Amino acid sequence: MTGGTAGAAADGAERLPLTALPVGDHGVLIELTRAADVEALHAEVLRRAAAGTLPAVREVVPAARTVFLDGLADPRALAAELADWRIPPLTSGDRPAVEIAVHYDGPDLAEVAALWGVTPDEVVRLHSGARFRVAFCGFAPGFGYLTGLPERLHVPRRATPRTRVPVGSVGLAGPYTGVYPRSSPGGWQLIGRTDAVLWDPRREPAALLAPGTPVRFVPVDAPVPAPRTPRAGAAPARPDRTTEESAR
Amino acid sequence: MTDRALSVVRAGALTTVQDLGRPGHAHLGVPRSGALDGPAHRLANRLVGNPATAATLETTLTGCAVRPRTATTVAVTGAACPVTVDGRPVPWGAPVHVPAGAVLELGAATHGVRCYLACAGGITVEPVLGSRATDLLSGLGPEPLADGTVLPLGSPYGPPAAADAAPLAGAAAELVLPFLPGPRDAWFTADGLRTLTTGRFRVSAASNRIGLRTEGPALERARDGELPSEGMPLGALQVPPNGLPVLFLHDHPTTGGYPVVGVVPERFLAPAAQATPGTPIRFARIGRRPGRAAHPG
Repeated sequence: MTGGTAGAAADGAERLPLTALPVGDHGVLIELTRAADVEALHAEVLRRAAAGTLPAVREVVPAARTVFLDGLADPRALAAELADWRIPPLTSGDRPAVEIAVHYDGPDLAEVAALWGVTPDEVVRLHSGARFRVAFCGFAPGFGYLTGLPERLHVPRRATPRTRVPVGSVGLAGPYTGVYPRSSPGGWQLIGRTDAVLWDPRREPAALLAPGTPVRFVPVDAPVPAPRTPRAGAAPARPDRTTEESAR
Repeated sequence: MTDRALSVVRAGALTTVQDLGRPGHAHLGVPRSGALDGPAHRLANRLVGNPATAATLETTLTGCAVRPRTATTVAVTGAACPVTVDGRPVPWGAPVHVPAGAVLELGAATHGVRCYLACAGGITVEPVLGSRATDLLSGLGPEPLADGTVLPLGSPYGPPAAADAAPLAGAAAELVLPFLPGPRDAWFTADGLRTLTTGRFRVSAASNRIGLRTEGPALERARDGELPSEGMPLGALQVPPNGLPVLFLHDHPTTGGYPVVGVVPERFLAPAAQATPGTPIRFARIGRRPGRAAHPG
């Protein structure tokens, strides 16, 4: 073990700099100092849960900078223990990537090309060449926030969100790529669309993309059919639905 | 005849199928959902001999009317309301026999917001991810009831639990919400935190199954901007840019980017399900017992 706050061991496992914040009387929000550590901590939580060495927990919710655990009998005990966890670095290639076939014909393809300073064909090459991983899910069931694009390819959200983004749209926002699991409002820059079914509650597993899943996008060269109407089973708008998160 | 079902004569303002929800899927963006007034849902089930996992109907303010196709035992709990069978008054909070084809009507709530109607055998629509609950945020589970909807009923489980006492629903004159501070209380000034515990808040009419919204003084922030999205618990007091806390109820989004100033433990949430718009709210800070659950203090 070397010195410093992180203390790497010979096998690369290290203590991650983090802060544990109490959430109610059964939860703990673990905030990582380095965003890149979130996925490693999440993987470690799942490993310990599978090995039976994690106390019973109802929810494990990774997000951009945090991992939230809820439903713990004694969150303080876990929070106290976390600082001593020795966590191995994330390994890539240990799971096969989910491949998502994409028609790169999105309405914002030209704008993204301009932001990247390349041609639209080069956008397709760069995006389909990147290795993605689902950092976390949210916004709607089955919507994954995928990381993997280098920082120079991050783009802002659209200034004005669309009131309706078709199901299967592939979009970019900030560091993330996402695929809309159903038609909804949205402000991401749309570069393409897929026929892959991201979310089907009658399927096991219901979500094609869960946190930690490696993903690759594969260009489809075939002639592009017209945009489809929303699938049967796609949720219709409901008057009671909040719009707070709908433009994410 | 095995046609165990009931048809909806009058759906009411918003009537949904509810059970104990679908916990364990928050990492996929799936809200917990389930009955907002858990104790009332459980009591209604006990009164007709159902396990707590059986699905009930949750009404909103205006009740509903249903016609069982076969004779069945029902019970109504939660908000107080007049209950009739073919126009004749029957007891609230007790098992009631409804003959085949008779109309069971739950009138408008006289105290509280949400009634729970349990039928022996439960509502047996197809479960989604282990639950029959309607989730109004993400659209999982059955649609809210409409006039003419037909809902299947299960076979009765057995005799109801003996002599269960139904506490009379009383919407309190004041909604007291005990909370534990954090995780983002540091995003508010000392004045802002004082405003939460001393300000005069009321239940907003914009409240729903996703969140109980408030009217009152804005909480002063110590930091501007938004957080990167993070996991949100049931009972979160999330504070959007207008400074007014929103209490997250069962259909809440699983992640969010506004700071959570405190969390109301689940066991204190049922009264929030029954607070009518305009009800005064008092947020009461409570402490954590060392290493254990919180207690009112």
